[in-house]
Amino acid sequence: MTLFVEQLLNGLQLGVMLFLMAAGLTLIFGIMGVINLAHGSIYMVGAYVGCYVFLQTGSFLTGFAAAIAGAAVTGILIEFVVIRRLYQRDHLDQVLATFALILLFNQGVTMVFGLQPLFVAMPSFLSGSVELFGGLIYPVYRLAIIAVGLLVALGLYLLINHTRIGMLVRAGSTNREMVRALGVRVGLLYTLVFGLGALLAGLAGFMAGPILAVQVGMGEQILITTFVVVVIGGVGSIRGAFVASLLVGVVDTLLRSYLPGLLRQVMVGPEADALGAGISSMGIYLIMAIVLLIRPKGLFPAHG
Amino acid sequence: MRTSVKIALLIVAAAALIALPIVADAMGEKAFISLATRALIYGIAAASLNLALGYGGMISFGHAAFYGIGGYVVGILSFHYAAGEPLFGVIPGTNQLLVTLPMAMLIAGLFAALIGALSLRTTGVQFIMITLAFAQMVFFLFVSLEKYGGDDGLIIRRTNAFFDFNLRDRETMYYLCLALAALVLVALWRITRSRFGFALVGIRQSERRMAAIGLSTYRYKLVGFILSGMGAGLAGALTANLLRFASPDMLHWTKSGELMIMVILGGVGTLFGPFVGAAVFVILESVLASWTANWQFPLGLILLVVVLFTHGGVQGFVERIVGRRT
Repeated sequence: MTLFVEQLLNGLQLGVMLFLMAAGLTLIFGIMGVINLAHGSIYMVGAYVGCYVFLQTGSFLTGFAAAIAGAAVTGILIEFVVIRRLYQRDHLDQVLATFALILLFNQGVTMVFGLQPLFVAMPSFLSGSVELFGGLIYPVYRLAIIAVGLLVALGLYLLINHTRIGMLVRAGSTNREMVRALGVRVGLLYTLVFGLGALLAGLAGFMAGPILAVQVGMGEQILITTFVVVVIGGVGSIRGAFVASLLVGVVDTLLRSYLPGLLRQVMVGPEADALGAGISSMGIYLIMAIVLLIRPKGLFPAHG
Repeated sequence: MRTSVKIALLIVAAAALIALPIVADAMGEKAFISLATRALIYGIAAASLNLALGYGGMISFGHAAFYGIGGYVVGILSFHYAAGEPLFGVIPGTNQLLVTLPMAMLIAGLFAALIGALSLRTTGVQFIMITLAFAQMVFFLFVSLEKYGGDDGLIIRRTNAFFDFNLRDRETMYYLCLALAALVLVALWRITRSRFGFALVGIRQSERRMAAIGLSTYRYKLVGFILSGMGAGLAGALTANLLRFASPDMLHWTKSGELMIMVILGGVGTLFGPFVGAAVFVILESVLASWTANWQFPLGLILLVVVLFTHGGVQGFVERIVGRRT
């Protein structure tokens, strides 16, 4: 039982990380209509900048600030130089231009930091574990990630539902043309939303640092999963992104931890492990396919 | 471009392609033949993708699945042939090219039928993502098959047999690929100028209008998608023969991206464009890689400039220089 709860918490932790990525991606798509494959690159930039500063200064909080600042600046630069030209283009051009950005960022980071992954230790005030209940001991750092993720979700909820900017964002994802026609400075709104999405991606990247290795290619791994989340949740919907993130996070984690064991009861060890790993990697794509077949626009579509 | 100019260009290109191994041999640049073979194979894959993407408007981000499946069909059949153990206990392995290539196309077509039938229920960004999702499933499926090499891929000990030709010989392989590329080109030319092809283009331009005049658009798109997948499977089978290796790398999602790049580089929705795009991509890759280990950086820059500032890729660019666009 404690093992199951622990896996559930791990799933929750993966889920909130995915939410940090998906929130930005779904807003960018919902409001600007742009498919941004480079979102994973911003995650990577956040991780590298934050962890580098953390390693240099020894201060986790300085690294934290550097990560979100670096990611937001990178995001706004990308919007200004490339994305701005893609608003009127079709999806194919958007996919390819941002695919080109992935090549540029991956190679750029390799040239600056080399191929060796960066390893960072956990900050001392978040290392160690606590006993939650009934013998379940869980790392503080992962709990902190869950807390930050939930706080961000709450903050986004308040921002979207109770501020003027949020109102424009909601209006934008329902009917982009109408917002423009009503005289809103959409250019500024677009840059703000893109910057916010980038900031959250950088935050996710930095927090992943002590758990995963910070390396080139980390962005694409989470990017594809994030797209799965966005599409399941319904493009443009923060609420959908939240539900889908937790769903994908928990299902993926549970499959990975239990499936090989189940298969081992009917097959030999190593083959069961390989097949189990393969099938559990397929799990989230299967969910996505099923959801899209039943609801082609996702669970909570933002557009009518 | 006037028709006579087009025909003249075509004849020159065909002559150059036929003479290429002889010239390369005379210049002592044997490696160039392999490069050209790869360009031809990628050309077949990109031209097939273009049928779905350029003519049908179906932006598939999962064509690596069909390409890789084609490769694995050749790999698995020859694995069972070498082991002398039938697949699933009934299907004997083989290394006859005349069997493996059609099988690769058939299996890739079956997968395309399944994936297409499900994916085409969605449109727009959902279609892009669901094709990517299916391709990822296929990727993880083959990674998890330990019997066929799993992560490491499947080495094909002996190349397929094709009458008395030795397909290990670079020039023979080149001419085989050239002949097949020409066949694919003729097939695509016939398809895009048939009633079916025009319907497909019509659906891309306005699906609602085509539905209104009584066409079952879903069926047309599905057939287009299947044909496209079969072409990609053929290219994968040829790659497996060329490299004597089938690996999850062929199924990786970046492969889908690369195929799209080739289509864009050459010109979306054009007959020759994807072949030109594939050649440009392969040459660019090898030239840049010989200059710098960081070859992806300039490649990314070039791609970005092409997407942002040219319309119609290389072919459109040439046509603008040569004369009026028709």
